[in-house]
Amino acid sequence: MAVKMDPIHQFELKPLVSFGHIGNQEIAFTQSALYMFSAVGIIALITIVATANRSVVPGRMQSMAEIFYDFIGSTLRQSAGHGSERFMPLIFSLFMFVLVLNMLGMIPYAFAVTSHIIVTFALALLVIGTVIVYGFMAHGTGFLKVFVPSGVPGWLMPMIVAIEIVSFISRPISLAVRLFANVLAGHIALKIFAGFVPALLAAGAWGIISPLPLALSIAVTALEFLVAGLQAYVFATLASIYLSDALHPGH
Amino acid sequence: MAQPASPTAPNQATVVVPDSEHGGGFPPFQSHTFLSQLIWLALAFGLLYYLMAKIALPRIQGILHDRATRLSGDLDEAHRMKAEAEAAGAAYERALSEAQSKARAISADTRNSVAQETDARRKSLEAELNERLVASEATIKSRTAEAMGSVRGIAAETASAIVERLTGHSPDQAALNRALDKTSTAH
Repeated sequence: MAVKMDPIHQFELKPLVSFGHIGNQEIAFTQSALYMFSAVGIIALITIVATANRSVVPGRMQSMAEIFYDFIGSTLRQSAGHGSERFMPLIFSLFMFVLVLNMLGMIPYAFAVTSHIIVTFALALLVIGTVIVYGFMAHGTGFLKVFVPSGVPGWLMPMIVAIEIVSFISRPISLAVRLFANVLAGHIALKIFAGFVPALLAAGAWGIISPLPLALSIAVTALEFLVAGLQAYVFATLASIYLSDALHPGH
Repeated sequence: MAQPASPTAPNQATVVVPDSEHGGGFPPFQSHTFLSQLIWLALAFGLLYYLMAKIALPRIQGILHDRATRLSGDLDEAHRMKAEAEAAGAAYERALSEAQSKARAISADTRNSVAQETDARRKSLEAELNERLVASEATIKSRTAEAMGSVRGIAAETASAIVERLTGHSPDQAALNRALDKTSTAH
């Protein structure tokens, strides 16, 4: 009972195969890794297995892959503009990976990989790293113009540049924390509200109000599905907007 | 925050149990799991990126491109056929209007020629009738004159016969003529 009620328990990593330690780091194939590879498998099923026939008139799975492709393609084009096609694999992979992991996390008793900040932070750093590396590769030092907005009076410039640098540095943090916190908070809320139901039922006469948290947890479940999809979209959109800086640093 | 219901834990195990249970804190912040998570994330996401970039996305792009070209090809074909049908329709319309105008011309021609013919026939008929009328009038005149001439002779004969019966001898021819002239001018 006590363990089941613990809303934090669900985020624990459970090593399935342990490979020992490096320093204090435990290297193990955990359920988190299993979910990651399951997500890759599911995405491959939708985008590769289902499209193997290359039918002109698509089936259900193939049209799902096409809808995702169109959706991410148009989001990327609108956010990052001309030349953004080269980032399509990255943004598409990010969106699908986060979306499928979020959705898998919504299955009861399943594990939400994106509730671990190290995962979301690594993905955010991948985005910002791509922005920096591609920005310098494509524009050289011209990429630094990203910190110098045009049309700002000279005396304001030092302050504006400082603000731009801070905002640039905070991007990966906000990107990572937004996804992590949304998934984590949602799962904790779900667990707590759902936990009230058996607790009230076990408390004798209080059991009469147990439908209340039940209804609430159903509502929160619906909300969490929305959040799961929305956060994947937000992650992909923000990544696209940041990549547009690498493509067009002058604004 | 952890272990709200494990008052017995400190007795049985010192540090190992909480360590294996919660690893000493909130799971997402247990830094000893970070390297492992990063390794699996890198492997999984790297695999995903490779699959998407090398297989999935080019394939989906190809499917969409094929469909677009096929659709535009079909649309072009449809446009071409529509244009053909429209041209055929226009040609039909043109032929129809040509035939109509030709028919109109033919009917007008026919009407004209028929009218001319009847006109000519009517004119010749009228001329013939006039001729006959003139000839008849001339005949009537000559007959009248002839008759009038005979009337004078008959009147002279009758008058001389009457005078002869009354007087016993035939009258003077000259006086008779004078008398006859007088009566005819009196009329």
